[in-house]
Amino acid sequence: MTGASPVVEGVVAALLALSGLLVLVSALGFLRLPEFFLRMHPAALAYTLANWCVAIAGTVYFSALEGRLLAYPLLIPLVLAFTVPVTTVLLARVELFRRRLAGALDTPPSITPPDALPPDAMSGDG
Amino acid sequence: MSMLLVQAIAFTLVCYAISSVIVLVRLVRGPRAQDRVFALDLLYMHAALVVLVSGILHQSDRYFEPALLIALFGFVSSAAMAKFILRGEVIE
Amino acid sequence: MSALRRLVPAPLTSAGLLVAWLLLARAPGSVDLVIGLVLALAIPHAFPGLRFNDARPRRPLVIARFVLRVCADVVVSNVAIARDTLRWRWRRPAHAFVVIPLELRHPVGLAALAMVTTIVPGTVWSELALDRSAMLLHVWDAPDPSAFAVRFKARYERPLREIFE
Repeated sequence: MTGASPVVEGVVAALLALSGLLVLVSALGFLRLPEFFLRMHPAALAYTLANWCVAIAGTVYFSALEGRLLAYPLLIPLVLAFTVPVTTVLLARVELFRRRLAGALDTPPSITPPDALPPDAMSGDG
Repeated sequence: MSMLLVQAIAFTLVCYAISSVIVLVRLVRGPRAQDRVFALDLLYMHAALVVLVSGILHQSDRYFEPALLIALFGFVSSAAMAKFILRGEVIE
Repeated sequence: MSALRRLVPAPLTSAGLLVAWLLLARAPGSVDLVIGLVLALAIPHAFPGLRFNDARPRRPLVIARFVLRVCADVVVSNVAIARDTLRWRWRRPAHAFVVIPLELRHPVGLAALAMVTTIVPGTVWSELALDRSAMLLHVWDAPDPSAFAVRFKARYERPLREIFE
């Protein structure tokens, strides 16, 4: 198969290298930061910009190869935008509840006003 | 495909590999279940990215569906594990 | 209006399915468009549990501007967090839990808000009060939590209220 033009290849190369660096920084932060909530922030880099870079690089490259617009790589960031929040919110709740159970001092108390608790509040999974 | 692009792809894949090893360290170290679940989720993400970049390297669109499936399986398994550790602790 | 409403009970789900189908088809032809339309119309009827609570988003211009703003924020805060992570040893960001009082009540609007906060690095959605009166965010760098809450409400909550309420 023939290649794309040098300009396109340069753009794709830059996007891919940027994505590699972002994933590396996110992994470093994930290892180095001292507590769970802090670690979630750098990890989000791998889910967002690193991902977008690869998807855009794929879109640009395959569109240039075939000479028409092929946007299917963008489906992955689109799907991730819906799936990643579910996992992240669940894990944040786990961390928050476990810390409150353990009585950690740096954890804020529940923000639900006491008079707003429904009778079956403890069994709901909200 | 030019030398520049091949080298950029090699650099990216090496970055992903190093990152996966780093995340593996966090997976082994923990310290708690939610850290490990999050590390597994990140590893799934890295795997999907590796497959996508391989697709560009081999100039083939056959790599796209596997990457999408890896991302979806990662979501299902992480969400299930997160739900499990959430329920186990709260109901007690 | 009501006939259209019965035909398309969940416009968000239908639109999402159609877009996903057309993207998966690589270069969509008219056949793909027909199959995609049939799927997008049939699946919400077959799986009523998957509907987005029959949300009817309004104001396409506000939606477009909101999506662009979120994309721009993602890029900016990605760069900021990568920089802060690399110089963690020398400068610690002022990370904090911030309670944000909410006026947004629509469930899909709140889901969209949760999506935005987790997609934009630098904020992690931590808890929603059971009566939906407030939410708890963990923020990467908030030297002034109350100012952050005000800015956050103006930037994300207000457009979502315009769209969904």
